Amino acid sequence: MSAQQTEAHADDPDQQAPPSGREPGRFGAALAAVRDGSGLLSLLAVVLALVVGAVLIAAADPRVQETATYLTARPSDFFAAVGSAVGGAYTALLQGSFLDWTAGSATRVVRPLTETLTVATPLIAAGLGVALGFRAGLFNIGAQGQIILGAVLAGWIGFALDLPVGLHLLLALVGGVVGGALWGGIAGGLKARTGAHEVIVTIMLNYVALRLVEFLLTLGAFQREGQANPISPPVEASAQLPQLLGSGFRLHAGLLLVLLAAAGVWWLLERSTVGFGLRAVGANPAAARTAGISVPRSYVTVMLLSGGLAGLAGAVHLLGTEDSLTAGIAGSFGFDAITVALLGRSRPGGVVLAGLLFGALQAGGVSMQARTGTPIDIVLVVQSLIVLFIAAPPLVRAIFRLRDPQARGARA
Amino acid sequence: MSLPSATSTAPTAASADGADAARPSRRASVVMAVLTAVGLLVFVLLASGGTSTLSLASGRDVVSLPDLVLPSRWASAVLLVGCAALTGLAVARTAAGRRTPGWVVPVFGVLLVLAFLVWVVTGSRVSVVSLLGGTLLLGAPLVFGAMAGVVSERSGVVNIAIEGQLLLGAFLGAVVASLTGTAYLGLVAAPVGGMLIGLLLAVFTVRYLVNQIIVGVVLNVFAIGLTSFLYSTVLSDNAGWNSPTGLPQLPIPVLSAIPVVGPVLFAQNLLVYLMYVVVAVLNVMLFRSRWGLRLRAVGEHPKAADTVGIPVARTRFRAVVLGGAIAGLGGASFTLGASAAGLAFNREMTAGSGYIALAAMIFGRWSPLGALGAALLFGFASNLQNVLSVIGTPIPSQFLLMAPYLATIFAVAGLVGRVRGPAAAGVPYEK
Repeated sequence: MSAQQTEAHADDPDQQAPPSGREPGRFGAALAAVRDGSGLLSLLAVVLALVVGAVLIAAADPRVQETATYLTARPSDFFAAVGSAVGGAYTALLQGSFLDWTAGSATRVVRPLTETLTVATPLIAAGLGVALGFRAGLFNIGAQGQIILGAVLAGWIGFALDLPVGLHLLLALVGGVVGGALWGGIAGGLKARTGAHEVIVTIMLNYVALRLVEFLLTLGAFQREGQANPISPPVEASAQLPQLLGSGFRLHAGLLLVLLAAAGVWWLLERSTVGFGLRAVGANPAAARTAGISVPRSYVTVMLLSGGLAGLAGAVHLLGTEDSLTAGIAGSFGFDAITVALLGRSRPGGVVLAGLLFGALQAGGVSMQARTGTPIDIVLVVQSLIVLFIAAPPLVRAIFRLRDPQARGARA
Repeated sequence: MSLPSATSTAPTAASADGADAARPSRRASVVMAVLTAVGLLVFVLLASGGTSTLSLASGRDVVSLPDLVLPSRWASAVLLVGCAALTGLAVARTAAGRRTPGWVVPVFGVLLVLAFLVWVVTGSRVSVVSLLGGTLLLGAPLVFGAMAGVVSERSGVVNIAIEGQLLLGAFLGAVVASLTGTAYLGLVAAPVGGMLIGLLLAVFTVRYLVNQIIVGVVLNVFAIGLTSFLYSTVLSDNAGWNSPTGLPQLPIPVLSAIPVVGPVLFAQNLLVYLMYVVVAVLNVMLFRSRWGLRLRAVGEHPKAADTVGIPVARTRFRAVVLGGAIAGLGGASFTLGASAAGLAFNREMTAGSGYIALAAMIFGRWSPLGALGAALLFGFASNLQNVLSVIGTPIPSQFLLMAPYLATIFAVAGLVGRVRGPAAAGVPYEK
């Protein structure tokens, strides 16, 4: 099979997973099936997840529980309580993530939107990394560790070195990318050389990275003077990413970098020879090998790139938002990045949109918790359900009683 | 772990495996030699002299043993000579083109850990009983989680969701124990919690054929979100919902009076005894029963199993749900089994244990006994870290906590023998 045929096979939207499931390309095919669900199903999955979230919010609301005890006597009370609990929470979510139309000043009206963009920035970068891995048939669960290593290196360059403006920032960003790339490269190298499965290695490296940053923060070189807490000195002003909308907002130039990276990943995957090779390996490693593509080298390349993008996420988050290194620098970006990549169907454009959606859910979740007391954890539930529903189109179709467009006896 | 891209049934992968087959034992000898040399350097040559005191006594012994006072360097040296001998054996066997016996690497590991222990407690006193007893307590959730992984993966479904199963088990166990006031009812509820996540995993992977790793990762996020949400709403609104009583210690008469072994193994709570039972039963059932044979057949070669009439989907579905229940039971050890007083549920209280359990399963090569050993080793590492943080240590605690993860990476990279999981794990089966 020529490489071109492999490629056409991978991009066929109607492609079904091969039934026997014993080809090495099975993995790529499964990922392709996730990618190629229709847009409508994605929308319905989001709706469904929000409905389940609403049920949880209502069930946990004390007023709803109280009215439920006399549901048959006065159902209107119950429904009013449900409406106010769910409506209040979701309105706060929207106000915290998009536009706060109740706020007094123009600045505060648009502020939630900039918060969404700020949170989305590292999510998109790390999501791009995970997506790139998916396209090459690799499951990079290690974005979390790669973000940490990126932040460590970017942060150290940022606060320990004294360099001219411009050069300092550039070097810190490059350092972040290199840190993430090296951490990802370990998994790629081990997979290429020994066949060690990248899922296990990257999960383990996440924890190693966490312990490593905890250890580093006990060292004099990383510890802020006069601080008992494990926190590094703040990054020098010359290494900070410039604010895009002035000091009233947290939005920083990292967003532009990340969008640039998305364009770069698109070009790499869709227009470059290297990307073609990566996709070929992802679609069918055996065929790619036959076509003369070095599969082990592809694994190393893709893990370096994937880790580099996650490292970029760590760097922009540190240099743009956080300013100093802590053990919790990566938050849950690394794990969210996996869901972002899945939701974005591993396409750069899709990842940007998915990153924005999850950024909005998180920024909104913070304000929802502050305004209505609904814990932000509900956002995790909604996010995970979105991905689950998107990954199982037959389930969503069954719930909404949709017809399967490929049901013409195609499924063996 | 063998996921689709590493399935050995594919001709190319099989030939690569064949080429590798000779390598690991040579690699293992090299690793053993390096570790012995490093041990000699650090624990003996560079070590400062002194004595290490190991206390062997506990309150309930028939005969109370005196403290064991060892000259640290000499004791380490003797243990490391043992390591060197085993390395020599491995090298000799490899050179003769024969397989190294299976017990060599574990014994080597135990000796090395002992040498390390003697070195690390130089100048202070450590109670062996509390060190080992704590290992069992901290290792319990890992053992249950690893067993959940073994059952599920032997049937061909990769179980990344152990973390979520532990978490929901811990949650439901705590809530039911608090509401009923009986820790034992919590112990009944905990498996149900794990089973719910197992059920979701089974539905999405077996029924809807969604990628098993995706579902596992997402279910972990789901479990964290759900339990944290309920924790900060329902549990904090209702005071009585999250104050479980713990499982009492049940010393077994006679056995618990044996010095050292007694208090460690036989003065534990019911959950730890259940752990012995689960491991023993699984080990027998998996390798000696018809159920186990069918389960492994489905995990190794589902098509062949299907051909002879074994229902693949049903077998996998049940195995995944059973695995969830076992992990859920393990979750109870966070809330009910942690101490006799019981521990309230807290958000994300499993803190990555599910992933360590996964690592223990791989390290133990998908066998219940191997996974037990690995899980206890990991439990020992984290308990040792607790003990050392009290007496002070020459190495940073973070590196001890890192050890299980690094060990697992070495294991999957084939540095310590060959690790091969069920051939069809990770591959959905469609008729």
